[in-house]
Amino acid sequence: MSQHEAHGSVKAYVIGFLLSIVLTIIPLLLVLNHMLSKGWLVFAIMLMAVLQFIIQLVFFMHIREGEGPKYNVMALILGIVIVFTIVAGSMWIMSFNG
Amino acid sequence: MLESIKEFASTFFVTGDPLIYGADVSIALTSLAILFVLTYYKKWGWLWREWLTTVDHKKIGIMYLIASLLMLFRGGVDALLMRAQLALPGVEFLHAEHYNEIFTTHGTIMIFFMAMPMMFALFNIVVPLQIGARDVAYPFLNAVSFWLFMMGAMLFNISFVIGGSPNAGWLSYPPLSEMSHNPGPGQNFYIWGIQISGIGSLATGINFLVTILKMRAPGMKLMKMPLFSWSVLSSSIMIIFAFPILTVTLALLFIDRYFGAHFFTMTQGGNPMMYVNLIWMWGHPEVYILVIPAFGVFSEIVATFSKKRIFGYKSMVFSMMIISVMSFFTWVHHFFTMGAGADVNAFFAVSTMAIGIPTGVKIFNWLFTMFRGRIQMKTPMLWTIAFVPCFVIGGATGVMLAVAPADYQYHNSYFLIAHFHQVIIGGVVFGYLAGIYYWWPKMFGFSLNEKLGKWAFWFWNIGFYVCFMPQYALGFMGMTRRVYTYGWDLGWAPLNIISSIGALLMGIGFIFQVWQISYSIKHGERDKTGDPWNARTLEWSIPSPAPLYNFAIVPEVKGQDAWWIMKEEMKNGEEPKKAELEPIHMPKNSGIPFIMSVFWFIAGFGFTFTWTWMGVVGLIGVGLCLFARSFQYDTDYYIPVDEVKRTEASLGRVV
Amino acid sequence: MEHAVTHHAHDHHDHHEEHEQLKVLGFWIFLVTDCILFATLFATYVVLRTHTDGGPIGKEIFEVPGFVAETFILLTSSFTSGLATLAMHKGNVKGLIGWLIVTAALGLGFIGLEISEFANMVQEGATISRSAFLSAFFTLVGTHGLHVSVGLLWMIGLMVQLGRYGITTVTKRKITTISLYWHFLDVVWIFLFTVVYLMGVM
Repeated sequence: MSQHEAHGSVKAYVIGFLLSIVLTIIPLLLVLNHMLSKGWLVFAIMLMAVLQFIIQLVFFMHIREGEGPKYNVMALILGIVIVFTIVAGSMWIMSFNG
Repeated sequence: MLESIKEFASTFFVTGDPLIYGADVSIALTSLAILFVLTYYKKWGWLWREWLTTVDHKKIGIMYLIASLLMLFRGGVDALLMRAQLALPGVEFLHAEHYNEIFTTHGTIMIFFMAMPMMFALFNIVVPLQIGARDVAYPFLNAVSFWLFMMGAMLFNISFVIGGSPNAGWLSYPPLSEMSHNPGPGQNFYIWGIQISGIGSLATGINFLVTILKMRAPGMKLMKMPLFSWSVLSSSIMIIFAFPILTVTLALLFIDRYFGAHFFTMTQGGNPMMYVNLIWMWGHPEVYILVIPAFGVFSEIVATFSKKRIFGYKSMVFSMMIISVMSFFTWVHHFFTMGAGADVNAFFAVSTMAIGIPTGVKIFNWLFTMFRGRIQMKTPMLWTIAFVPCFVIGGATGVMLAVAPADYQYHNSYFLIAHFHQVIIGGVVFGYLAGIYYWWPKMFGFSLNEKLGKWAFWFWNIGFYVCFMPQYALGFMGMTRRVYTYGWDLGWAPLNIISSIGALLMGIGFIFQVWQISYSIKHGERDKTGDPWNARTLEWSIPSPAPLYNFAIVPEVKGQDAWWIMKEEMKNGEEPKKAELEPIHMPKNSGIPFIMSVFWFIAGFGFTFTWTWMGVVGLIGVGLCLFARSFQYDTDYYIPVDEVKRTEASLGRVV
Repeated sequence: MEHAVTHHAHDHHDHHEEHEQLKVLGFWIFLVTDCILFATLFATYVVLRTHTDGGPIGKEIFEVPGFVAETFILLTSSFTSGLATLAMHKGNVKGLIGWLIVTAALGLGFIGLEISEFANMVQEGATISRSAFLSAFFTLVGTHGLHVSVGLLWMIGLMVQLGRYGITTVTKRKITTISLYWHFLDVVWIFLFTVVYLMGVM
């Protein structure tokens, strides 16, 4: 990988930016126009958020780059597992009180 | 004017109890004595240059150690006061309110301000030496961590004489810890003391994670790394994922108290049970954060004093890493009785029992390492051997508690108290004490007296069983935790008096240790070899205490137990490869960590008394310190080759 | 002899480079811990979002044009901070500072909008002490806003340093970390936008 590519290019940033805009507008339209049933709507907008997250990681934060073992990626993956545990675990445990 | 000062002082200072006045006088006298000694011997400059501004991991480790031993003393006194109150029915030594404060500060100090810093002392003193590094990844941040811990601990401890101590238990459950039930500054002291030191702990976790991943000597692959360093890696992983949860939980409680929010209140939709849920998401990993490094210590000691390689190295590594992930999936077992339903309780009961498996694996590995070894009964090894049965009993009672339906019987009884003291004292304290004995010569250049150490060991151990075995039975007899007195008619008196005698024996054990340290400072055997135990890992390859730069030449690692391999090669007459000395790159000392932490202290103190102006001034000071650091570009220097040569020669080494 | 000297200088340079890399890794790990911090706030918000105690609910207080504007402003600033790092790698100090100024201005606009949003809510009686839902809302969104504000101060400090020292190994690392931080804040906002605002007005 050459020095130039290693830090992304204007093209990559523009693509990332455009994709992010699209992934912001779609859920906004879905919600404001009351398309889909509630369960599917939640699923769809969460999916869009996760996709946008991945796009930012790849196009803006260059998560795929760097040499040697990718400790930052490992930390992030384990972190996401814990994030999921905290949020879903709390919802499940506290559901008796809802 | 005088009247208003009087009135302020009567609420600002804690009054009314002769014990407190005694403490006031002793604190004032000690402070004066310290000031006098420093001034008389003109040591202020020395203190600032050598200690307050240091970024050397070895010195930071020693400061952690001193602080933790002081806190062990304070927490121990709290424990003895409680046991005095409970020794017999109807004792009128501490009244109810005072008793509440003492069990709260006992638990909080022992976990946050004794166990954590003692662990960080071992991290700092051992890890860089063991992996062949010259310092940690971020020496400046390391100093910040220490001073944040220190200021947090000081803030918490002054609540004893100023403003009043917290009294809502060591985890400060709402609604008892909310404004509605607890309007004074006590709970704010708790929140800010822990919050400030907690930020430091998080930074230490990041620091040691990166240090271990990135700073190992050439040739030391991860699977050739000593087990203590592995245990620090495992503990650091848990720290970085668990401590942010604690930070948020305490922040939310503070927002409730300060801004009148309703996270955990009883009104306007607040839910105190959410606090319980969140605090244990940190609290359960915290238990493993503390105990895994103790496991690492035992692994080093067992191998050294059995003169064998550790049995089942790989299974040790895997079990530690499995524990560090699984520890995040068991937190509900601390509140089975909350009523979250059978499905939730069943899941967490099973996960709790499952995490016992990797722990069991490790016990067998230690036993098999000792099997057919030439065991030397030095004090570190004594504590290690005592740990095994103690922790097995603690683990077994833990599995009993993990049975969710049965837990309704044990919950919050003395059975639980006995269980967690057994794993925390038997696991964590025994482990850290063993580690301190083991690495003491490396830290200070002399060994601790064995004979006094053995006296201390037996007092601690016999005292431990005498103190806590009766408490299991008391739990079954219906004695619940945090009761400050009880009647003759309940039949708890005989077991309670036995338990109190046990506590006293442990106190005597501690006195023996103080004696042992002070005796050995004068008469202890000097360690001239750097390797007093004939040990196996790299920290023993350099002089004791280690020079500023640790390794004059960065060692080349050829396998697990790197130093042992080098020693074998030397025995076989192989000449160690000559390497050229090079200038050594070192970080410069800095006063910013200390000054910034003082500003944190000011901020914490201000918010504790809801003096917003003072809190804001403190935070602005913190921000300015960060800016000042960001604008510093001249942060490191090189030690020239000549100086390294001179230092090594003075330590009796030829390079 | 001369060879040895240049060799040494080269070593020192490598050492610095390596050191700066180490700091970037540490910053990544810090960001992961910040993820956990936000996850805990999200968990609290999700559990308490129905606990309105008869007070205002999300639909009544969230204004669509406001939060959509905030979203696009922050997204654009994430993009411009990326352009700043591109300019940096090309060695273009002026471009770098220029894009940082644009990024900071957008960040400031975002903060301004958020403050006015909060002020409007408070005026309507939707304060932090009205209900558990509102406590959770203000704390979650406010913590993000606080992060952005700290980032702004940090960015200003770095612009001064860039003016003083130009693009060096050290300033390069600093710009890399702040741009990671800025992208991270945008990522957190995506989830705020989805979980708090979109699900709130659903």
